[in-house]
Amino acid sequence: MDYKYIGKSVPRIDGKEKVSGAAIFGDDIDFGANLLYAEIISSTKAHALIKSIDTSRAEKLEGVVKVFTGKDFPFKFGLYMKDRYVFAQDRVRFVGEQVAAVVARTPQIAKRAALLIEIEYEALPVVLDQMDALKDGAVLLHPDLADYPHVPWFFPKEKTNIAHWRKTRKGDLEKGFADADVILEETYEVPRYAHCAIETHVAIGKYDLSGRLTVWSSSQSPHTQRHLFAEALAPLGLTHKDVRVIAPHVGGGFGGKAGVTMEIIPAALATKLKGYAVKLRWTREQEFVNTYQRLGVVAKLKIGVKNDGTITALDHKIYWDAGAYVEYGANVVNAVGLSAIGPYRIPNVSIDSVCVYTNLPPGGAYRGFGYSEMLFGLESLITTVANKIGMDEIAFRRHNAILEGDTTAYGVKMNPNGLLEAIDKVKKAIDWDKKLVSKDPTKALGKGFSLFWKAPAMPPNASSSAFLKFNEDASINLIISGMDIGQGYQTVMAQIAAEILSVPPDKIRVETPDTDRNPYEWQTVASHITWSSGNAVKKAAIDAREQIFALVHRVFNLPIDELFLEDEAVKCNTDKSFNLPLRSFIVEGIATKDGTYKGGPINGRGMFMPEYSSAAGDPETSQGGHPNVHYTVGAGALILEIDKETGKMKVLKVAEAIDAGKAINPDLIKGQITGGLLQGLATVLYEDMRYDKHGRLLNPNFTDYKIPTSMDVPDEIIPIIVEVPQPDGPFGARGIGEHTMLPAAPMIANAVFDALGIRIRQMPITAEKVALAILDKGGKTDG
Amino acid sequence: MAKIRITLNKEKRRLDVETNETLLEVLRDKLGMKSPKCGCDRGDCGSCAVLLSGKSVRSCLILAIECDGVEITTLEGISQDGMNKLQEAFIEFSSFQCGYCAPGVIISATELLKANPHPSLDEIKEALSGNLCRCTGYTPIFDAILAATKKEK
Ligand code: FES
Ligand code: FES
Repeated sequence: MDYKYIGKSVPRIDGKEKVSGAAIFGDDIDFGANLLYAEIISSTKAHALIKSIDTSRAEKLEGVVKVFTGKDFPFKFGLYMKDRYVFAQDRVRFVGEQVAAVVARTPQIAKRAALLIEIEYEALPVVLDQMDALKDGAVLLHPDLADYPHVPWFFPKEKTNIAHWRKTRKGDLEKGFADADVILEETYEVPRYAHCAIETHVAIGKYDLSGRLTVWSSSQSPHTQRHLFAEALAPLGLTHKDVRVIAPHVGGGFGGKAGVTMEIIPAALATKLKGYAVKLRWTREQEFVNTYQRLGVVAKLKIGVKNDGTITALDHKIYWDAGAYVEYGANVVNAVGLSAIGPYRIPNVSIDSVCVYTNLPPGGAYRGFGYSEMLFGLESLITTVANKIGMDEIAFRRHNAILEGDTTAYGVKMNPNGLLEAIDKVKKAIDWDKKLVSKDPTKALGKGFSLFWKAPAMPPNASSSAFLKFNEDASINLIISGMDIGQGYQTVMAQIAAEILSVPPDKIRVETPDTDRNPYEWQTVASHITWSSGNAVKKAAIDAREQIFALVHRVFNLPIDELFLEDEAVKCNTDKSFNLPLRSFIVEGIATKDGTYKGGPINGRGMFMPEYSSAAGDPETSQGGHPNVHYTVGAGALILEIDKETGKMKVLKVAEAIDAGKAINPDLIKGQITGGLLQGLATVLYEDMRYDKHGRLLNPNFTDYKIPTSMDVPDEIIPIIVEVPQPDGPFGARGIGEHTMLPAAPMIANAVFDALGIRIRQMPITAEKVALAILDKGGKTDG
Repeated sequence: MAKIRITLNKEKRRLDVETNETLLEVLRDKLGMKSPKCGCDRGDCGSCAVLLSGKSVRSCLILAIECDGVEITTLEGISQDGMNKLQEAFIEFSSFQCGYCAPGVIISATELLKANPHPSLDEIKEALSGNLCRCTGYTPIFDAILAATKKEK
């Protein structure tokens, strides 16, 4: 199929805005003189009862408008589980939790007043480790867990710290292990991580004199935010139509700006300060501790394989440190609990994915949604077990790779995919079979390989919609509610509309959303937006095209089947001379002989919901539903150089292949691979979150929590696109944004093993850790 | 409160600043220049970079009061006469994703190319090492700067 705009690397349509400084982000909006600033007073205790809060001294400070505490807002919120309050009520559960707020005329006054607020706590026992939280007699973080409203596919265990337990069972596990020639059991650990979008969270709430609430917010989820604000603030008499969320450009999200975190605070504060705008912007430190973090993991794996390389059984137990509130994070646990077989055909499976409350900051969505953590253990173990039976690890992966029609762990058939092609292309790109020896005797070289897969984790009714409106010159406004968080969403949606309507993408404008005007979109998360919103945009364009053809048929009596669009004009197969430019009628109608006009402005609309999706699986086995719409798969490999004295590592070359279904804009996909890979490699090599024993984060800044700089880029990155179409994707497309991070950790771990014979089972794999491991081995390595 | 005079994007301005106000705060809140962004407020990320008498500085680390008499250029100033070669190359190579770091990155690259019109890849990496970008993986930024130097020839 030949496309004009699909599959072409058209330049980003937000380019000029973003490289000229014209792009407006949340913090850039001007609110004039009636803007107030909020400053948050955060908990200094990881777990404590609030005995008293004395706000009197702060209230007396000139310029302070009001001080608020939990009593002012006894409202609960949460996307999947309502376990969180706007401000702590009677107890705090992590260091950094919001306890009170000062609202003042200037940020300086607000800061000064915040220091005058005195809070008395009564300390409670603290539990910072999910394995401790699971022990008998562990202190309970949420004694009322049984009463918390949650989605029907979550299974909290009352009187424990288990907020959700996803069980997946398939085949006969015992028989599977009995059939195995080799059984391996290992434990892997992954700590928490921070998103570190360069823009910190900001939100401004304004409750106007007519009683409507507008929130400007740096968000991946404007409609979901509106819904949660409306729900949480319903006691104040607000309904959905009274709440409006406007999302300007977002300076990076990576999942951290999904759902609702701090935005609820200015939204709520505004409702008590009618007529003012109230602004809250997180400092970098607050960004680290009071938005979501990536959940920590302890994974216990047991795998059985035959000597011919066939996997017979997998028992995968994953314990998640989900933090003090799991309102979003529990869905990470759920998603991985369904998918922890990785991209493999395994007949006998048991998965327990357990979401555990701890006194650390709330965990939530982070690019990869738990799959990175799960794959670190699984893909390390796959290499280990292949080595053990003496089989090449790539051949082993090929042998067990899940193919179209194989069943997933929950019994649904696997979608069409290019996993084998991805494996072969990566193998070739990295020259896998060539033995590496470093010329420098102080250095060791190793190769690491990993497969990956991930499905969008969404409720079964997550949907997208689109409006498309023509202007007089046949340019188009595409009115949609996904967020361009950097991935290039606006450009890709313009390409889809352009293809159907034969209008060049640079004549299409896509703005950031406003929930009053833009139609519903669930959220820009889960790497589902190209697929889902793309389908809605395609339908809106087809809707507009049908209106155009119907009108032309009505006026010129040409058969609809013979009409087509080309170069911004309507043309006809049977009448080659017919050429009606869109601009001649698209808004103003077609003039007829008697001086009347027919038609009028053309507006298209489209909607998409995956109506086959269902979360109705059996809680004990996960069999019976259709929880995931499809999987995106891929493979990655790298060459790692390790300094044998310092442990310092450098990625010399990395290749990553991903099955995009259809690459609507290949350059944008390559950009995702380059950026996502570096973000993934950073979680393995540099980033290291440290808490003290009181639950306080010790390194909430970029000096002490190191994210990669321009000096840390791999020497060579080879992005590879595979295209096996997704039957229900727009032009066959699937999402790929999150997946780019997924193979990073196991690739490095496997390369370290290849180079040194050292298997590291706890992330991060820092130079220090590698150097110590070399010392442990007496300085001798197999590399 | 103190009075200072500056030249901002070629225009002479006088203004009152508090003794503790940073240049970043003054540029954004008093002068309406929104291209310098606040990413960390302590000199770690480079997203607040502006040119001060031609040298790139982190405006979150400088007190406005120290800027009396200096010439300041922000990305708005660079963009006034349309996109330059560097900016065009940034669009061509998709050298931004979310774009939040872009103003600071372009300021650093502008300073580099002024001093060294044909930098090597290593020199580019060095010059950008103070600008954090969480999205792009930096490679597309290197590509754009290299391409811009070729166009300049
Ligand atoms: S805001 Fe100035 S360096 Fe980060
Ligand atoms: S493009 Fe997002 S931080 Fe650089």
